[in-house]
Amino acid sequence: MRMRGELPHWVDVGLIPLINLAVALIVSGLVVLIIGENPFEAMWIMIEGSLGSLKGWGYMLYYATNFVFTGLAVAVAFHAGLFNIGGEGQAYMAGVGAATVGLGLEWLPWPILLPLAIFASMAMGAFWAWIPGVLQARRGSHIVITTIMFNFIAASLVGYLINYWFRPVGKMAVESREITGAYILSAREVAREFFGVRIASSPLNFSVFLALIAAWAVWYLLWRTRLGYEIRALGANPAAAVYAGIRPDRIIIIAMTISGALAGLMAVNEILGVQHRLLLGYVGGAGFVGIAVALMGRSHPVGIMLAAMLFGLLYQGGSELSFARPGINRDMVVVIQGLVILFMGALEYAFRPALSALLYPLGGEANR
Amino acid sequence: MNLYIELLASTIRMSVPLILACIAGLWSERAGIVDIGLEGKMLIAAFAAASASAVFGSAWIGLFCAILASLAFALVHGYAAINQRGNQVVSGVAINMLAAGLAVVLGNEWFREGGRTPALPPEGRFLPFQFPALDGLPAVGPLVRIFLEHSILAYVAFALVPLTAWALARTRFGLRLRAVGENPHAVDTAGIPVAALRYRAVIIAGVLCGVAGAYVSTSLSSSFVRDMTAGGGFMALAALIFANWRAWPALGACLLFGFLQAIGNFAQGASVGGFQIPVQFINMLPYVLTVVLLAGFIGKSVPPRASGLPYVKDR
Repeated sequence: MRMRGELPHWVDVGLIPLINLAVALIVSGLVVLIIGENPFEAMWIMIEGSLGSLKGWGYMLYYATNFVFTGLAVAVAFHAGLFNIGGEGQAYMAGVGAATVGLGLEWLPWPILLPLAIFASMAMGAFWAWIPGVLQARRGSHIVITTIMFNFIAASLVGYLINYWFRPVGKMAVESREITGAYILSAREVAREFFGVRIASSPLNFSVFLALIAAWAVWYLLWRTRLGYEIRALGANPAAAVYAGIRPDRIIIIAMTISGALAGLMAVNEILGVQHRLLLGYVGGAGFVGIAVALMGRSHPVGIMLAAMLFGLLYQGGSELSFARPGINRDMVVVIQGLVILFMGALEYAFRPALSALLYPLGGEANR
Repeated sequence: MNLYIELLASTIRMSVPLILACIAGLWSERAGIVDIGLEGKMLIAAFAAASASAVFGSAWIGLFCAILASLAFALVHGYAAINQRGNQVVSGVAINMLAAGLAVVLGNEWFREGGRTPALPPEGRFLPFQFPALDGLPAVGPLVRIFLEHSILAYVAFALVPLTAWALARTRFGLRLRAVGENPHAVDTAGIPVAALRYRAVIIAGVLCGVAGAYVSTSLSSSFVRDMTAGGGFMALAALIFANWRAWPALGACLLFGFLQAIGNFAQGASVGGFQIPVQFINMLPYVLTVVLLAGFIGKSVPPRASGLPYVKDR
């Protein structure tokens, strides 16, 4: 039995998240209203800007690719009962892995180099989550604090590495030289080179399929393997998990490592697929979007893909909106993000009692 | 010689927002409410102080608005954590994002400078006190410049440390507050309302973060720019852990981290004595130290026992 009165499954999984999302969007609309713009018009410009053209779709899916990776990263840790706020730092470190292999081994033929670079991205991301995992499992350091600290350490460390190691001598811009070998063609380049078709320009690339594969792999891992079962068991009830012979320290470390590797995949999309160089602060908050995406997607890969697309829409639509309505800054998206996290995470059950009373006004059997 | 005086004075300046935010976190976490949102509250307060001061031309009105803004965010956090028994970390993350976004969106709409606020005139800022008569004296002068020539908010910050230490150790309110962070059931059994105590802690944290934010935008600086608190809230959180959730050690930790920040600012692009420590390593030192401490390699850091746990009354 649940504590606050049982509600049907579809209410918990479907209706409550939708209500919470709606409230988050309504409050966002109020903010738009406060700054003197029409929220419906703003919404329409955002939808038009991302779904109204092939280019918009391309950008939307490109953003969504990043958010699927960071969202899955948060979700895997969530299932083990861990809150990994470090996706930002893990993805940033993964960029170092991608650039190191992409630049250091560029004499290799690309069918070998590209998988290596992808692997290096995952490995560096995994490494940056593995340390907090070990510290949590073996030394009892709180994972939330450690991963926050690791975001800042990564920010300084990668800044140092770009400045002193990756930046070509004499170049002013703080970035590495171009990665030419481990280069993922954009959808546009693929269409032009192989099919002779011209399509609208966008950063969309093969990584979007990688995101689909990652989502499927996470689903398979969590719901179809023994390890996944152990991860979920530990997250659902640590005491019972220990009783069932599951070693929490081992699962914590493994779950964090997988989480970091998933966050690391963001470097594949962003560094190998779009920027083709390691840039200062290239993650740009996508690690934090992952938290919103995971909360919204109820930590399920399908939900995460849908939530990632919604945030892709908001990011792409948001930049179109800031062109069309200079009064609305691009950071409006960050506000929406914060509200989504607030209403879908921290105030998750705020509307549950009211809904319960509404659905079962007489306090019938469902409330017992 | 002058450089060292400047460095130490800068240490004090940099540690003021850390101390305020750290003491804010101390109150909140000692009552069992984890506060990841120090950064966000400071940021929205910095924005509110700079905007209100720019509009009304008074630093005090700026301070008042900063406290109000920070308090509003603190109450959202309190409502989520205390009434709704939501995840306090998630709520903190939400507050940080909301603050970062709102400050820029509102600032852009109000002042049309891409999220910046207009530069403040002197009367719109908390300027450091000057003691021209003492400045020139041989031994006293440098000390005056290091310790006394700061704004009123810095004095407030330093006064808060003994006040907090005393209140938490010696007053009825302080003892109850700490009890609520260690064992809320016992407090409830004694007939003291847990929620009300926790709300008071959250409100204190909100007010102090408001002062911290006002200091950042109207004393350290003369306008608001995006993300201007630059992780100060998290560094305060690190200092809090470093200090094992105690007021006096918190002062020490904040001074240490402030010193590192001051060195980082001074060392930017300059080589000291022939060899150069990259500024990035100085910048990351507070976080590395905190991680090492948290892992129990040097000493042990023990949080309040009930921190982060929502209180559910037994039926």
